[in-house]
Amino acid sequence: MIETIRSLGRWGLGSFERLGRGHLFLVKILMGIPELFLRFSLVIQQLYSVGVLSVFLIIIAGLFVGMVLGLQGYNTLVDFGAEESLGVMVSLSLVRELGPVVSALLFAGRAGSALTAEIGLMKSTEQLSGMEMMAVDPIRRIMAPRFIAGLISMPLLAAIFSAVGIYGGFLVGHGLLGVDDGAFWSQMQVKTDWYGDILNGVLKSVVFGVVITWIALFEGYDATPTSEGVGRATTRTVVHSAFAILGLDFILTALMFGG
Amino acid sequence: MPLIKIRDLHFYRGDRAIFEGVNIDIHRGKITAIMGPSGTGKTTLLRLIGGQLRPDKGTIEVDGQDVHKLSHRDLYELRKRMGMLFQSGALLTDLTVFENVAFPIREHTQLPESMVRDLVLIKLQAVGLRGAHDLMPNELSGGMARRVALARAMTLDPMMIMYDEPFTGQDPISMGTLVNLIHKMNDAMDLTSVIVSHDVAETSEIADHIYLLSAGKVIEQGSPVQLKRSTSQWVQQFMQGLPDGPVPFHYPGNTLEQDLLERKDAV
Repeated sequence: MIETIRSLGRWGLGSFERLGRGHLFLVKILMGIPELFLRFSLVIQQLYSVGVLSVFLIIIAGLFVGMVLGLQGYNTLVDFGAEESLGVMVSLSLVRELGPVVSALLFAGRAGSALTAEIGLMKSTEQLSGMEMMAVDPIRRIMAPRFIAGLISMPLLAAIFSAVGIYGGFLVGHGLLGVDDGAFWSQMQVKTDWYGDILNGVLKSVVFGVVITWIALFEGYDATPTSEGVGRATTRTVVHSAFAILGLDFILTALMFGG
Repeated sequence: MPLIKIRDLHFYRGDRAIFEGVNIDIHRGKITAIMGPSGTGKTTLLRLIGGQLRPDKGTIEVDGQDVHKLSHRDLYELRKRMGMLFQSGALLTDLTVFENVAFPIREHTQLPESMVRDLVLIKLQAVGLRGAHDLMPNELSGGMARRVALARAMTLDPMMIMYDEPFTGQDPISMGTLVNLIHKMNDAMDLTSVIVSHDVAETSEIADHIYLLSAGKVIEQGSPVQLKRSTSQWVQQFMQGLPDGPVPFHYPGNTLEQDLLERKDAV
């Protein structure tokens, strides 16, 4: 019994210590960001590997999610004779929720895990220590550009996901099920609000981008420098990111649309 | 005055003492070797000197500056004058040999590209790898990777270089090349070299002074000749590579009889 309480205490203290280290790590990254304005090429390199290489996955996923929404939405709306509102349903579902959330989950799996593995391997092969001894701060040189790249990429990927998804919904709704194309687009334009819907969705994806990239970088930086340690860190990135995305989505949705 | 002055160094990992009252002087222009069996904290000592770890007690001064009292900025300024060669080479795997050697120059100077190119090629020429400048690190042998890392450590013309196990796992030719290079560089560039190693023959060949570490303390120190003549059984066991002696062959534990007769569930 005593041992159980002890191990619970150790786990609690360890978790809080790790949380503290994670926050200090974030502060150091943020302090390194101003230097990047002078060396933006470092960010551009990372925008390619973090963002551009995720585009294909996001397009395919967005297309299918949009097509499924079109099918499911039509079946529900047609009972009420409201199938011409399919455009509104698809666009609001995507722009408010599915765009930011699903693209963030995919981003965590594709780019987040790759970042953790990359940083973890750099640690285990002493590349980060080597940089420190060359008087180059790895947090400023390696972490900060990746953090900014994640922050910029995530909203853009979410926007691509939503745009492709809406088009997927249109393909199914108009091409397959015969919904009037004029009604589809015009109702969508009227009912989708620029500030209330689109900007809130963008804000969500910015928050998700910050959290996923932060988790991914910290897990890599804090990984045990062995192959098993890097593997575990990569798994933790995906799991913790997923929890963070879903939890934060609920909180943000309650704040934005709850009242 | 020594370039590196270590006084009363104590360092613990959890409850385990790595160093307990270590005093070491490393003199300018000399090659000083820190030797001892595996697990005695030789690499840890280099990380303490480089400021990557903090001692629990004691001081480490490099060129008159207490490494662990420096601000982040001052520590990084000091590191620009310290080179370090890691056991793995620690080359950046996504950059070519040329870009690896150019890395510290690009990070710390604003030199024009033509000058960067000349400097890198001169350093690579010194380690005999100018022809390999387009290769990626995964195309290099272990010995070549260490030579590239040596060229990189020299790019900013440091006052000292620390070598972490430079000879481990090398074939005789690579080993001879590295021994020769370390010796030549030290003399030609007026460097101070610190070699952490347990390769007795190669290190004794070039070291001016050797410190032998064991169980968190300096057991013996002196020139290679003095150590070879030492009357200490421990020193003789280490220098001659004898399998048994004051450092026992068996890891401490129960006797064989005790373990064999003990019930399985009690293990």
